[in-house]
Amino acid sequence: MEELKLLGAWPSIYCYRVIWALKLKGVKYEYVEEDLSNKSDHLLQYNPVHKKVPVLVHHGKPVAETSVILEYIEEIWPQNPLLPNDPFEKALARFWTKFEEDKSPAFFAFFRGVGEEQEKATKEAKQLLKIIEDHGLGEKKFFGGNKIGLVDLAFGWLSAWLEVMEEVVGIKLMEANSFPRLEAWNKSFKEEPMIKENLPDRDEMLPYFKSLREKLIASATT
Amino acid sequence: MAEVKLHGRWYSPFPYRVIWALKLKGISYEYIEEDLSNKSPLLLQYNPVHKKIPVLVHSGKPICESMIIIEYIEEKWPQTPLLPSDPYEKAKARFWVKFVEEKAPAFWSLYRSTGEEQKKALKDSSETLKIVEEQGLGEKKFFGGDSIGIVDIAFGVIAHWFGVFEEIVEVKVLEAHAFPRLHAWKVNFEEVPVIKENLPDRDKMLDYFKKRRIESLSASQ
Repeated sequence: MEELKLLGAWPSIYCYRVIWALKLKGVKYEYVEEDLSNKSDHLLQYNPVHKKVPVLVHHGKPVAETSVILEYIEEIWPQNPLLPNDPFEKALARFWTKFEEDKSPAFFAFFRGVGEEQEKATKEAKQLLKIIEDHGLGEKKFFGGNKIGLVDLAFGWLSAWLEVMEEVVGIKLMEANSFPRLEAWNKSFKEEPMIKENLPDRDEMLPYFKSLREKLIASATT
Repeated sequence: MAEVKLHGRWYSPFPYRVIWALKLKGISYEYIEEDLSNKSPLLLQYNPVHKKIPVLVHSGKPICESMIIIEYIEEKWPQTPLLPSDPYEKAKARFWVKFVEEKAPAFWSLYRSTGEEQKKALKDSSETLKIVEEQGLGEKKFFGGDSIGIVDIAFGVIAHWFGVFEEIVEVKVLEAHAFPRLHAWKVNFEEVPVIKENLPDRDKMLDYFKKRRIESLSASQ
């Protein structure tokens, strides 16, 4: 068996992306939970530039940055491909994974904002969801077409994580009426066996995100 | 032969990444200059989400985002590879492409800001250069090794435009004594024939960016 380790931290959306990719491809790995408030020597050695998770370690060689890890996994384990074969379709998939990365600060602003700033962030986040639904998903069942692909994994946090964040913030961002296709995608995504079996527990996420939002608001006002 | 078109803007760094990739691989293409203050219907059709250049149009199909375009070019035209063939080395190259993309704003910020904000940009860009030099470039001549690769192309535009910005704001950051290897890399990179022959006119750039800086600073007051 090839030596494969994943350094992660619960409930990081980035770590789950890598977990999903490995599970969908049936690749065995050892998961190592990192304490981000007390980073291990291994983590600092494997990701000296960012000191972040996830890091995939294959035969002792570390690969950092989620999108880079996913492309690496796709190449080393080509079974159950998560990227289209056609170069143009592949470019489109990469466009949307980049879109998600570039726009994540807007959703983060929605989560940690208060008052007027939060209203503005909510409006912007909804506009982004519309773009994602109209241009990214369109009429497809999944972003990847008939089956899950890398773009679905990139937007995977819109399922289990966003619901908890919305509850903590007290604002519904992805209303079913406003985003019917994303809502349908959400249901399909969570029903996929490899995803369903690998989602963070909602009851554990709620206090985690509550506490995180409080910390972020407190640090913003000091 | 399939039709390749590149929509760009002469003073924008990002189309140059694509130009360099196309030229290095000997791919013929038609260049279309876009007026970004008056975007063409074609641009809006090709890139409805961002409405930005560069856009590569191959056989009528548009590809957006400079580094994604380069990955597309790399796959369609494998000659003169810009990515390593080894998956682990490829991952390292993509890591550094992502790093320079993330840190690019600090380099533009040096040019766009004044006072405290500019001081911060100075600090951030210096820190980035240090990491890039020590951990990205190391002892290599180019990021790609003996010949230029995707990271050289990604960082090359940032370094070149940064040089113009340094001159305009009269702040020198990427100096030989502070960043000896990176400075040597920049000199070597801009000597590569394809790069040397495909850079925007420096005087035109200085003129354009000087004017733009004055305009934007007075607009923000």
